[in-house]
Amino acid sequence: MKSNRVALAALLGLIALPLVVREPYFQHLMIMVLLWVTIGTGWNLLAGYTGQVSFGAAAFFGVGAYTAGLLSFHLGVSAWWGLALGGVVAVLVGFPFGWIAFPLRGAYFALGSLALGEVMRQLATIWESFTQGMMGVLIMPTFLSKLPYYYIALALAAGSVLVVRLVLGSRLGYYFISIREDQDAAMSIGINTTKYKMISLSLHAFLTGTAGALYMNYMGFIDPHVVFSLHDISIMAILVGIVGGVGTVYGPAVGAFIMVALQEVFRSAGFGALEALSKAIGGGFMAGLTKYVSQAHVLAFGILVVVVIMVLPNGLVGDWRKVSRLFKRAS
Amino acid sequence: MEVFLQTLVAGVLKGGLYALIGLGMTLIMGVMGIINLAHGQMMMVAMYVTYVCFNYLGLDPYLILFISVPALFLLGVLVQRYTLNPLLKVESLLPENQVLMTVGVGMVLTEVARFIFTSNYVSVKTTYSDATFFLGGVSFSVALTIAFCFACALTGGMFWFLLKTDLGRSIRAVAQDAEAASLMGVNAERIRTLTMGLGAGLVAAAGNLLLPIYYLFPDIGGPFTRKAFVITILGGLGSTVGAILGGVTLGLAEAFGATYIGMEFEDMVGLVIFIAVLLFLPGGFKRLTKI
Amino acid sequence: MAIIELKGVSKNFGGLRAVDNVSFKVQEGEIFGLIGPNGSGKTTIFNLISHFFPVSAGQVIFAGTDITRLKTHQICALGVGRTFQVVRPLKRMTVLDNVISSAFLRADGMRRAREQAEKWLDFCNLTPYSGQLARGLPIASRKRLEIARALATAPKVLLLDETAAGLNPGELDEAIELIKKIRESGVTILIVEHIMKVIMSISDRIHCINHGQTIAEGEPRDVAKDPKVIEAYLGHGGGGHA
Repeated sequence: MKSNRVALAALLGLIALPLVVREPYFQHLMIMVLLWVTIGTGWNLLAGYTGQVSFGAAAFFGVGAYTAGLLSFHLGVSAWWGLALGGVVAVLVGFPFGWIAFPLRGAYFALGSLALGEVMRQLATIWESFTQGMMGVLIMPTFLSKLPYYYIALALAAGSVLVVRLVLGSRLGYYFISIREDQDAAMSIGINTTKYKMISLSLHAFLTGTAGALYMNYMGFIDPHVVFSLHDISIMAILVGIVGGVGTVYGPAVGAFIMVALQEVFRSAGFGALEALSKAIGGGFMAGLTKYVSQAHVLAFGILVVVVIMVLPNGLVGDWRKVSRLFKRAS
Repeated sequence: MEVFLQTLVAGVLKGGLYALIGLGMTLIMGVMGIINLAHGQMMMVAMYVTYVCFNYLGLDPYLILFISVPALFLLGVLVQRYTLNPLLKVESLLPENQVLMTVGVGMVLTEVARFIFTSNYVSVKTTYSDATFFLGGVSFSVALTIAFCFACALTGGMFWFLLKTDLGRSIRAVAQDAEAASLMGVNAERIRTLTMGLGAGLVAAAGNLLLPIYYLFPDIGGPFTRKAFVITILGGLGSTVGAILGGVTLGLAEAFGATYIGMEFEDMVGLVIFIAVLLFLPGGFKRLTKI
Repeated sequence: MAIIELKGVSKNFGGLRAVDNVSFKVQEGEIFGLIGPNGSGKTTIFNLISHFFPVSAGQVIFAGTDITRLKTHQICALGVGRTFQVVRPLKRMTVLDNVISSAFLRADGMRRAREQAEKWLDFCNLTPYSGQLARGLPIASRKRLEIARALATAPKVLLLDETAAGLNPGELDEAIELIKKIRESGVTILIVEHIMKVIMSISDRIHCINHGQTIAEGEPRDVAKDPKVIEAYLGHGGGGHA
């Protein structure tokens, strides 16, 4: 298959990449991309293939991150144990939630997942004796070099894509898609819809939680606002899925590259350009403008949300025909 | 006993405003079938409109209702017309596209507000902002009481509109079955646009009324969006009577939570209610009232 | 023996009694027709048997087991397949994948499921469409896809809900052939049908309801002559279907 060869080539390229590009800043961005590949792929399994749109990736991401951080903080064991346990704890959080939300149809799941993220953030903020509250959790990173993190993130990302491919070729995948297409019809052919939605949710929670645990190990610091962020985690996960292509195997991987790149462009290049401009023109207005510009990337992010949904509702991979037609017309 | 009564009064008064917020949200939910996650952000915009009119034009906050409500009605109409209606025409795997779009709109509104007004807290101080009167030993905030009366009047007006006017009936028809309503000659797209405008107008009124006794900064939208969806879930998706009950319930729960548990749990209360409703009364008060 | 038995089944929707104390027995191997004017409660009975909603009173027995409280998917797993009046294909899946999804109930592994699915597609004359997306199918083929999907769950009883509605005369004959073929393969059929030509020609026995209540049961010839049945259909402006 052609897609197999492309995927394999991409994987080999990613393995070789940090050996060629040694810039730490770039390696950092690549680690973030790979984390988002994992999160986006997990989200896509639940939303794109099972039709249950989660607005709560942050809940699982944060729980995974806190599992790793608190293990080290309270028990003094290595935060790397979190990599093994973060996903499991996230699944344990997801279970009662799914058990409550799945029997209800309609907007309840989306809303419930949104609320779950908020509940978790509030908990982490209020329960200071356990989580350190707003102070956050600080651990000492194990490695100075970025390479070990890079390869672990790569393994995680590749593993998550592999999981999706395996799932799709099995009973699970057929059941997930049946549920997405028509829950009543799915029940009528003997599918226990609640059970399979739970499995899909667990995979989403596990992958996201593991990514969160890796984030803790890599960044060395978390606080409730960072890891339980609605916009930076939950909405970002949805965007990664949508930009790349909901319900496509490699869509979220493509989406992760684009979203992390775009975010960085807005954060850094927009910054620099405006600063240069204000220096060139001078005057109070431009100076005032640059004062607020640290927030401009959030605005740009919001505009991006709007534009992406308008133009590419099925993502680059999903709307590939539409996209390639655009290019043909242009040339 | 006195503390209890005081809390009760505060809760009911605040609940009146929450009902107004929930009413707008539930109308949108009923007609569009989506949760408007920019609801609180629209309220925030209305509050800034009020703030600007008060500070630079020197108008009385209650007079500004005649500016802020139409302004937000217009904003709602524009949002629906140019961001949400087009989505109905494109085929997509996920119907939640529209919900996500409202998230994007909310982010843009918040950040634009931050761009213009910075992240600083502002407030509108009037002569009656801190004024109170006593009734049988219980103190009533003047501003909150006036706000409550306005909220009741607006809610009543809304009900009259929905039940007695042709336009109101069309809105209810689209909420029940958009396709059937279209076949009966109702322009569903126009009704959707109008509903979003009305929802925004209602929440604008709430924000405007709240401002003299509250404070304002760009991020205030998020918490109010959350309150709005807790109210809607509590009342039952799309139920107007439920939204009022839900609003008052949330107002009471927050007031009692703040008095008897602690201020920092105020936000938590809403979320706990949310989960409790999903567990014990899925479908909300709608299940009980059937409206 | 009776493979499906309803014992005094009732269903209330709010104040409306949609099904009122209905009892009947479907014998193994027969084609059992369920008829009645529009809105008489036929589809509701199907939804009660497959537990799309719970019964208000009464019992549903399948092959001696009480299935009243079982969930929809469990009932299917026991061996009760069904189709929907308004067809519900899994639209963005191919015809073959639709049937594979349901074949997974009995088959272990992708290859076995695929073999089973192909067998049932062939059985329902759908093989030429197998690679197409389900939403693009013409209505007659979609109805057959529903049947193929239900058959792939290897049911002992098949509930067919208005399989013939909306078909032209040629397609109607094919549908009748298919139903007979299914019975020959050993599957008991409980069928709801509006088109009298179909139901009268294939049913062994017919049960007629009106306003949720049983008004007649027996062989097609007798039921057709029953004054209450004629009254139900003609007396309420439902004569067009007869």
